[in-house]
Amino acid sequence: MSETQTTYNYTVVRQFAVMTVIWGIVGMLVGLIISAQLIWPDLNLAPFLSYGRLRPLHTNAVIFAFGGCALFATAYYSVQRTCHTRLFCDWLASFTFWGWQLIILLAAVSLPLGITFGNEYAELQWPIKLLITVVWVCFAIVFFGTLVKRKVEHIYVSNWFYGAMIIAVAVLHLGRSVVIPYSLTGSYPFYAGVQDAMVQWWYGHNAVGFFLTAGFLGMMYYFVPKQAARPIYSYRLSVVHFWALIFTYMWAGPHHLLYTALPDWTQTLGMLFSLILLAPSWGGMINGIMTLSGAWHKLRDDPILKFLVTSLSFYGMATFEGPMMSVKSVNALSHYTDWGIGHVHTGALGWVAMVSIGSLYYLVPRLFGRKQMFSVGLINTHFWISTIGIVLYSASMWIAGVMQGLMWRAVNADGTLTYAFAEAVKNSYVFWQIRLVGGLLFFVGMLIMAYNVFKTIAAGKSEDYPVLAPQHA
Amino acid sequence: MNEFTIPLVGILVAVVTLVSVIGCAVFLWSQESVPHTLGKTTGHSWDENLEEYNNPLPKWWSWLFYGTIVFSLGYLFWFPGLGNLWTGYSGWTSIGQHADEETRASALLSQYRGQDIRALAANANATDTGRRLFMTYCMQCHGSDAGGKPGGFPNLADRDWLFGGEPEEIRASIADGRRGVMTPNGYLGDDTIRALAHYVMSVNGLPGADAGLAARGRDAYMRPDVACRTCHGEDMRGNKLLGAPNLVNKSAWLYGSSEAEIIKGITFGRNIGDGQSTDNRMPAWGQFLGEDKVNLLAAYVYSLN
Repeated sequence: MSETQTTYNYTVVRQFAVMTVIWGIVGMLVGLIISAQLIWPDLNLAPFLSYGRLRPLHTNAVIFAFGGCALFATAYYSVQRTCHTRLFCDWLASFTFWGWQLIILLAAVSLPLGITFGNEYAELQWPIKLLITVVWVCFAIVFFGTLVKRKVEHIYVSNWFYGAMIIAVAVLHLGRSVVIPYSLTGSYPFYAGVQDAMVQWWYGHNAVGFFLTAGFLGMMYYFVPKQAARPIYSYRLSVVHFWALIFTYMWAGPHHLLYTALPDWTQTLGMLFSLILLAPSWGGMINGIMTLSGAWHKLRDDPILKFLVTSLSFYGMATFEGPMMSVKSVNALSHYTDWGIGHVHTGALGWVAMVSIGSLYYLVPRLFGRKQMFSVGLINTHFWISTIGIVLYSASMWIAGVMQGLMWRAVNADGTLTYAFAEAVKNSYVFWQIRLVGGLLFFVGMLIMAYNVFKTIAAGKSEDYPVLAPQHA
Repeated sequence: MNEFTIPLVGILVAVVTLVSVIGCAVFLWSQESVPHTLGKTTGHSWDENLEEYNNPLPKWWSWLFYGTIVFSLGYLFWFPGLGNLWTGYSGWTSIGQHADEETRASALLSQYRGQDIRALAANANATDTGRRLFMTYCMQCHGSDAGGKPGGFPNLADRDWLFGGEPEEIRASIADGRRGVMTPNGYLGDDTIRALAHYVMSVNGLPGADAGLAARGRDAYMRPDVACRTCHGEDMRGNKLLGAPNLVNKSAWLYGSSEAEIIKGITFGRNIGDGQSTDNRMPAWGQFLGEDKVNLLAAYVYSLN
């Protein structure tokens, strides 16, 4: 690459941005199917369409396909803009796009076929895991390569979070993926018993912490001040909450294993560091929301800002709920119930999806030479329909979860259980129906977005933009 | 689990944990004292208009952070959390909490210990407790009304017993489990098997029984080279030592009463484990439930009949 190149690499950003919308629709459709299967078990039509195989497909599709493409798109966009230089190594960036899509396709085929490693969020078999490793290392090279050739002295805060995400996910992925292959589609776990469980939730919880929190905080730190046209509220808060967040998250995994064979002291550490994580998590919310201070009126007629600010509110709720659920006595009630599903979706729909959607609405017109989206009104419609969807989803799962927890633990005077398990199932149906409606609303919102994005692209053209000179050398 | 608790690891855990928790507070304190300029930016600028104010940390946020750290130190004093170096002032352990609850629960049930199952079956309090236990442990297969389900889940309330309905026999079924095996008879050929099926259908008055086939089936049933009699008996009334069902005047059928299902049973047998027979078994609950619960369940099932 020569020094005379003067445009940003928007090609790879466009590719990832469009696939974010498509994989979002696919992943959420699978979510709708499995949610309907809980209400109508007859919908388990064939083994490859059964709940047990589609559920990991849903989680992998929304986290790694939808969320992953959103992270790639926004990281690639913001890192070159904030470094005032073109993305490092075009062909390698292009390789990460095609490699990541291949991984998604392999997952979409192998999981319904029942080819799975069986560990949550790490279901893909070892050949796919190897491919993930290669693509992720290339992502790191492109990202950090761009940082190295930046034209400004200071590194902008969004890049700290994206960078931490890339490094931590690499470590987690390698740690969890140590397996002993016996065939192309099968492998034995390397760890055993409670150690395996501990490794699993060290990985599983930090996948949430670094992929779904740190990565999307990076997104937030670029797109919120951009859309609000306001400076970040506090640089000092960025510094403190960044280091505190990435340090304490690493300890929190054992809170998934409270009241199990894991030693008591390990459980305690998981709980305490989850509590300590509350303030560092909220630091990001405060910094994002307070960035709007003095510009609140913009919320009235800017639906993109509505998406971004609402995502921060849900982020705040989910990161309060998480430490609370890590407290042993709360966990004794909430664990294994639908409350967990509600908590996860407050984060996944409310935070991850909404901040991604808001960022994409900012991004797409700029990538295709338009001033704004085809229809701002449709963004507003999308905002309200998805917000109502999330509220229905989370509230129904909270109520169902608390009800299940209370029914499971209710004991008669003679020491026997008050309710048969099936009674809790029977009473959950109405909440599962409400959840399906909530999910359906969110899904319809994604279809509206797809239409809006399609019309915007159709009216625009793919142009690359000249790299801006930094204001301060 | 030893890997987690050898002494050296215990010291390491304690030191790393305390340094980490206290380190969070030290880090926060060090950053609070960095000079700030309220409402002014740091002077850095990116991508046209990205800037950041040099505002201080919000006070309430810092206190929230300190609060969780102080709480954690107190918790580490009170509860196990520092490896095996300090297991907590309160002495609490999760296994101890579990044992306490077990003790309290078993004290409630032990009042019936040693009592005769017949006497328990006549005691309304005991059968109430038995019914609740049934709803926890048994209804998944036998149904909340104990009526069973075709597919190998026996009706427990119809006085039709596979392994006997005396209190001691019911208790043994629950405690030790049951697995009745019917040998496969495919060697008899499809015609003979079909005739046997119609014979069984006719003696039970099931619809669709063909009189001619049933007569041939009765002859086959009595043939010395046909095994039916060995277990079900010449009078077809079964044998509770083997769990061989009574084939006469049945009110409920373990695997269903259609011609096809009866033919399948005769041809492939039951509980053969070769993938062709329908297999099912009653698990042994004795160790898992303990004597008190097993007796109460036996009393409840006995009281149903």
